[in-house]
Amino acid sequence: MNAESIMREETEANIEPKTPEISGKKIESVTPKILVEKLDFYYGKTQALKDIYIGIQENQITAFIGPSGCGKSTFLRCLNRMNDLIPGTRSSGKVFLDGIDIYSRGIELSELRRKVGMVFQKSNPFPKSIFENVSYGLRIQGIGDQNILEETVERTLKDAALWDEVKDKLDQSALKLSGGQQQRVCIARALAVEPEVLLMDEPASALDPISTAKIEELIQDLKKNYTIVIVTHNMQQAARISDYTGFFFLGELVEFDQTSKIFTNPRDKRTEDYVTGRFG
Amino acid sequence: MKLRLNFFGSFFTGLTLLATLIIFAILIVIIGNIVLQGHKIISWDFITKAPREGMTAGGIFPAIFGTVALVILMIIAVLPVGVMTAIYLHEYAKSESALTKTIRFAVNNLAGVPSIVFGLFGLGFFIQFVGAGMDNFFGLEVVWGQPCLMWAALTLALLNLPVVVVASEEALRAVPSEIREASFALGATKWQTIRRVVLPQALPGVLTGAILSISRGAGEVAPIMFTGAAYFLPYLPHKPTDQFMELGYHVYVMATQSPDVEATKPILYGTVLVLLILTLLLNFIAIFIRSKVRRQMRQGV
Amino acid sequence: MENLKTIEKKHQSEFVISKKRFRLSEFIIEKVIFLSSFFAILGVILIFVFIFREALPVFTSPEVKKEASLNLFFSTVTWQPISDDPRYGLIAIIFGTFKVVVVALFFAIPISVGAAMYTSEFAPLKLKEFIKPIVEILAGIPSVVLGFFALMVMASFFHSIFHSTMRLNAFNAGVALSFAIIPVIYSIAEDALNSVPRSLKEASLALGANRWQTAFRVSLSVAMPGVLAGIILGLGRAVGETMIVLMASGNASMLSANIFDSVRTMSATIAAELGEVVHGSAHYNVLFFIGASLFIFTLIINSLAQLVVGRLQRKLAGKI
Repeated sequence: MNAESIMREETEANIEPKTPEISGKKIESVTPKILVEKLDFYYGKTQALKDIYIGIQENQITAFIGPSGCGKSTFLRCLNRMNDLIPGTRSSGKVFLDGIDIYSRGIELSELRRKVGMVFQKSNPFPKSIFENVSYGLRIQGIGDQNILEETVERTLKDAALWDEVKDKLDQSALKLSGGQQQRVCIARALAVEPEVLLMDEPASALDPISTAKIEELIQDLKKNYTIVIVTHNMQQAARISDYTGFFFLGELVEFDQTSKIFTNPRDKRTEDYVTGRFG
Repeated sequence: MKLRLNFFGSFFTGLTLLATLIIFAILIVIIGNIVLQGHKIISWDFITKAPREGMTAGGIFPAIFGTVALVILMIIAVLPVGVMTAIYLHEYAKSESALTKTIRFAVNNLAGVPSIVFGLFGLGFFIQFVGAGMDNFFGLEVVWGQPCLMWAALTLALLNLPVVVVASEEALRAVPSEIREASFALGATKWQTIRRVVLPQALPGVLTGAILSISRGAGEVAPIMFTGAAYFLPYLPHKPTDQFMELGYHVYVMATQSPDVEATKPILYGTVLVLLILTLLLNFIAIFIRSKVRRQMRQGV
Repeated sequence: MENLKTIEKKHQSEFVISKKRFRLSEFIIEKVIFLSSFFAILGVILIFVFIFREALPVFTSPEVKKEASLNLFFSTVTWQPISDDPRYGLIAIIFGTFKVVVVALFFAIPISVGAAMYTSEFAPLKLKEFIKPIVEILAGIPSVVLGFFALMVMASFFHSIFHSTMRLNAFNAGVALSFAIIPVIYSIAEDALNSVPRSLKEASLALGANRWQTAFRVSLSVAMPGVLAGIILGLGRAVGETMIVLMASGNASMLSANIFDSVRTMSATIAAELGEVVHGSAHYNVLFFIGASLFIFTLIINSLAQLVVGRLQRKLAGKI
């Protein structure tokens, strides 16, 4: 019984998941990139997530909306186990990434987080140069070849639509950039490790409308190569850019469907009340 | 009635101002006296030459050399241990575990131990236990089992451990958690995050702790009185088993045991001045670095 | 040129493996960090063990007990270890410590608490950033320098005012000692006063109280546990301080109520006599015994102060 065979067993057992019913419809039979089964999450004694079932499709943009405190950010952080950093939390249930439960024993967290990258609500560049920020993810994997680093930095900054603005000042501290530019550095930094999934927690909430528009354009571009999951309190943003939308309320995933359905013809009354602005 | 209340209040407020001014006054009087009486003797010779004629002439170079040697050995011992303890406490330990509480308890209590007790410890443990044991083990006569630089430095290292731990922990605490999160989200391990992101940012604070411990190490006399300091040596210490002259100890012996106080007075004041300049300068630098870091943090740089 | 994707493909099967990848260097470093944090605990234990080891004969060895036992310590007043009939009366020495510490606290408490109040409640902003560093400079003056100053300057000064019979006495040492503990009490008291929430002060002002009423009735009373902790720690520091008393108190172990008489303190006794004592003699054991007592005393003081500070924190958090 070695690692390979254990993994194969687990994979085979899970590769045809029973597609859970959500909103009365089966999820498309294409195997989702991420499949969540019966996820519960607790901060100490408070239950923040209840019984979540969801499938997130590859190369699509999935958005989660809901009033503040409904659990959407908590859910996002479950997908790359960033919640493990907070003491006193526990969870139950399974989260399958490419068929493997990331909450099972023996998962190497740093590998997981390279596969599932994250961009935070408030940009958090390191107090280092732009170049060092973007290349950080490569350096920690032991990649020191200057050519690779430079090529990656250029490529990801271009992807993040920031290259032209900073190409002459890569050695400058990232902290000297504007808020919108800093956020794009963080995006480039996350892209540099070539994740397969990109989690974005309110990626443009702290930004002005012009920067927001740039970031939204960027996200739609990224869809080609990445699976994107966004949390946003801005419904219009979700409606604009996402393919699928999930509505969280009081720790439950109330409804999950194609974005157009959620906003024009929601099944659940709570969803309807929220998207029509009756509360939230 | 209001008027009387206000007068009363102003009176008490004035008293607190007076208290503050008294502290300033104390500082000015002490430093002023030492500078006034001591500056005349300070010269290049004084700092670079050895004492002559029963401490009534010459310089105090050996004492300066001994102090520097002592402090260098001390910092080599205390800085790594203190920083690593702080890293463990802040980055690895679960905050309410019994072990964490015990370590903090130990650090806090070390900070309160009187310096003479450290001197006793140095004598009873380092010299008479470790040193004598080493001599036994290596079949030597009396090499390690006597007062010397090594044991004095280690005694001071233990004395200063709390200083380094507290300053380092404060520095680590000041690094915002978002930075750590960003690093983890990129797939870095805990140690990678500490080494590449946290420690570089915490460096000024750690430096402050190191400098403060150096200042303290240069000024404490009680711990080294019986663990290695000597009043007059015809040679400079060149191995860790040598004894050494030291500025603070020199002041103490000269001030209390000189046969001719008037004759040694100039050298005495000069030595005190040198010691004072050394410790105050170090303190200034440490305080300066610390306030610069605190100001930077407040401005969110 | 390999890019990340091709490197990744080589390690495809390593993704999310069911066994942690064992990084040797990281493992070793983390173990080293963990172990080094034990030094603090080890240090305290070793101090404990080795000081008590040398003090133990006072309780256990019959030869030592003939000269110096717990009874004998307190049955005689004379401290005369170097004589044909050695006496180890501790009363005078303990009382000497007491006298000096009382004088020191008498001066240090009002000055440091007053200055702390001024700094945190009344001082204009520009001055505030100035005062704290100045007190830290005072803290940075080595105690041997303070002792020197007391010996060379203060003693004669006080002598000319008070005309005491002995130039070096408890008063002289006590005043110099107060210089050493003012920064200790000040920094803790000032921190405590500063951590009183602004909302409390504002509430008081909004009710019509003026600044000094707010300062004394609200800030000081809320911060009192912290101020108290500072005083306790100052007390501990004063009891343990050696160089100042060694140089400025006269070092005569005499029992008298007059603060202008010379005294001998516990710490100074150790420092003065450890140099010439015979290793393993009763005198030697007694000196370690005094050291052990000092150690226990400061342990108690520190724990007390921590308890008090804990109280303050819980009070501010609303748990008391």
